[in-house]
Amino acid sequence: MTVKISSQMRAGATVIALEGEINSTTSGGLQAQLLQLIGHGSFVLIDLAGVSYLSSAGLRTLLIVYRHAQQMDAEITLVGLSKEVSFVMSATGFLDFFTIGEDLAAELERAGL
Amino acid sequence: MSTPDIRERIDAFPTHRIGPYRVRAGRPFPYGATPVPGGVNFSVYSDGATTMSLALFERGAAQPSAELEFPPEFRIGSVYAMTVFGLDPENLEYGFRADGPFDPERGDRFDAGKVLSDPYARLISGREIWGREPDRDDVYPYRAQVLNDDFDWAGDRPLRIPAEDLVIYETHVRGFTRHPSSRVTAPGTYAGLREKIPYLRELGINCVELLPVFEFDELDNPRTDPVSGERLYNYWGYNTVSFFAPKAGYAATGPFGMQADEFKSLVKEVHKAGIEVVLDVVFNHTAEGNEQGPTISFRGLDNATYYMLTPRGEYYNFSGTGNTVNCNHPVVRDFVLSCLRHWVAEYHIDGFRFDLAAILDRAPDGTPLPNPPLLEQLAYDPVLRHTKLIAEAWDAAGLYQVGNFPDYGRWSEWNGKYRDTVRRFVKGEPGLVGELATRMAGSPDLYQGRTSSASVNFITAHDGFTLADLVSYNDKHNEANGENNNDGADDNHSWNCGEEGPSASRDVRELRLRQMKNLLTILLTSQGVPMLLAGDEVGRTQLGNNNTYCQDNELSWFDWGLLAANADLLRFTRALTAFRHAHPVLRTRDHPTGQDRVGSGYPDVSWHGVRAWAPDWADHCRVLAMMRCGRHAKGGSVADDHVYVAVNAHWEAHDMELPALPEGERWHLFADTGGILHPAGTEPELQHPGRYRLGAHSVVVLVGRASHQTTA
Repeated sequence: MTVKISSQMRAGATVIALEGEINSTTSGGLQAQLLQLIGHGSFVLIDLAGVSYLSSAGLRTLLIVYRHAQQMDAEITLVGLSKEVSFVMSATGFLDFFTIGEDLAAELERAGL
Repeated sequence: MSTPDIRERIDAFPTHRIGPYRVRAGRPFPYGATPVPGGVNFSVYSDGATTMSLALFERGAAQPSAELEFPPEFRIGSVYAMTVFGLDPENLEYGFRADGPFDPERGDRFDAGKVLSDPYARLISGREIWGREPDRDDVYPYRAQVLNDDFDWAGDRPLRIPAEDLVIYETHVRGFTRHPSSRVTAPGTYAGLREKIPYLRELGINCVELLPVFEFDELDNPRTDPVSGERLYNYWGYNTVSFFAPKAGYAATGPFGMQADEFKSLVKEVHKAGIEVVLDVVFNHTAEGNEQGPTISFRGLDNATYYMLTPRGEYYNFSGTGNTVNCNHPVVRDFVLSCLRHWVAEYHIDGFRFDLAAILDRAPDGTPLPNPPLLEQLAYDPVLRHTKLIAEAWDAAGLYQVGNFPDYGRWSEWNGKYRDTVRRFVKGEPGLVGELATRMAGSPDLYQGRTSSASVNFITAHDGFTLADLVSYNDKHNEANGENNNDGADDNHSWNCGEEGPSASRDVRELRLRQMKNLLTILLTSQGVPMLLAGDEVGRTQLGNNNTYCQDNELSWFDWGLLAANADLLRFTRALTAFRHAHPVLRTRDHPTGQDRVGSGYPDVSWHGVRAWAPDWADHCRVLAMMRCGRHAKGGSVADDHVYVAVNAHWEAHDMELPALPEGERWHLFADTGGILHPAGTEPELQHPGRYRLGAHSVVVLVGRASHQTTA
């Protein structure tokens, strides 16, 4: 089981698309890779549209990355949450800690990028 | 600039190898499984075991992938501790295998054939989907898992609402939203309950008391419904499997192992609404039952420590369920204390209601102790210092301690005498005027020298009739429970108002509604802490079943359609809670004395009958009025109105002479259970300032304050 990461710069924003399952097996490597992609003061969109399942460890990884980003004055917005992922995050309280966007296009537009 | 990572530890490296696993001697504390750098620390206590092994399962696997025997040098005292490196906690289930003597007469019941669940497990898998039939041949049915207790509370703390200001609402996590009419995203779960917080707020309660949420097995009931043949459940959950783990089947995210986060999230959101969370906890017995019961955990680790045993090694049964936890054994005390600390520190729980708490003051041989060490310890514990401790002050073996449960100035009690007196008076029994007065004043006869919040007042609770059934049935109707109607209490003090069960008669239905309002009004204007049973505010019925412990169906579930069907009763209940919150005189900490302690010209409480200042205490009398002087509110420290509550349990109306108020003040009408309601603050002035005609079977509540010239 792997999680696929692809990133691209779009007019000043780092857009990171994740694909697969984020669980304890995949989250360790994911955390290191995500942190490398986040620079000081950067604007980051993490697209979860390709993520079918976020386990407890997966949610924790995302939140840890999010908190590291806050320390670096970087801004992370999550987009593309499936209904199920969104429900799990809501039921467990994780949703409250993130900035959630509707979808990628809308967020890029909103940021004027 | 870089700083060294302070999370790195010099003991984060293995020293031994057992098979493919790298390990080192662990730390005895805390007990259970704790994530540590590089691995997981496991610690378990057993005094009598000859060998102890750690069984490791891949999540869901039929057999353990490994069993690691604790090397002798990993043992300190009788505690076995080992750190295992390189485990993936998310995909791990673990248990213990303890070998030792099987010698029941000496109290030992070791069974090396069993994988034992960790008594300190923070997370349990095996029953994560409510009601799903498990594999009955599973070698390890209730599987311990590792939890990362790193929930972000974002500043939340237990609320510390003064006990006397509470209005408690007793409910069941599943039953509250399981009914399709709840229209929540995940019916019957912590998340579902969270969606109903706005309803709780609007109802005006500020404390939810949840029936057991410690992991239990809803399928451990062997009975079936005699008519439908359908399975009966252990729906209430008074049969704990694992004391540190929230019930996974109550979590929408239970199948993903996220029940702890989901429950914590519920507590956090409930707190945001200004509502406390009290848990109903069952320390009097465990799910292991008697000699024929399953060996789950304690029995195989240290039977004689955890259970009260007869001199012949049989289980004492003070709980009525097969075994009795040996609560005052020093090791068990430590277990109970750790457990409660865990729920307060990790889950921000505000209080506990102890099921059959009288058992908690029994010595290992069953004798009641005058100074039970467990109760004292809980009362003085630093972590529990502000936690509400509520005792169900009796047990199933005849120990009845309402009014004399050892309290250390901290414990309060479910006041069973309040329940019985109010029920009997309102149904019209004679000879109870004096006792009703005592109960409405906070039962100072029972709780002298204690604050009035020592008394948790209630008319109904999960155990017994609902409010609607209390006024609709003379007798219990428990046939669906499969015990020929022999289960459940017989002393219900109920009155069906003329017809047993549902009635087409308008008169009967109106009387029932009035009786429900009478009972609620008395409850919410009495001194002490009122507790409502969920659904009573909308007239929830169980069709006369007064013991629905096994009914996971519409008999037990909260039907949200009742909000519209019984809107009048709901409006009335909301107005009553608002009235109580608006009137601190009803929530004064100390018992009223009948004296004027602030120089207002009125005693803090005074009693009246049909004639003012002349209560009739005679046996045949069924009328009583109570006046609370607002100048005495909270010991005279805050200003309040006068409050007058008149109860007429007689089948005839009475003209009540009202006590005169100070110059410039008039009586205003808040509620008459005969059909009048003016929300707190909007009460109109009475037309006749000195009289009120109180209908048959009715209660009226008046407030005395400065006149504003609107009249009713």
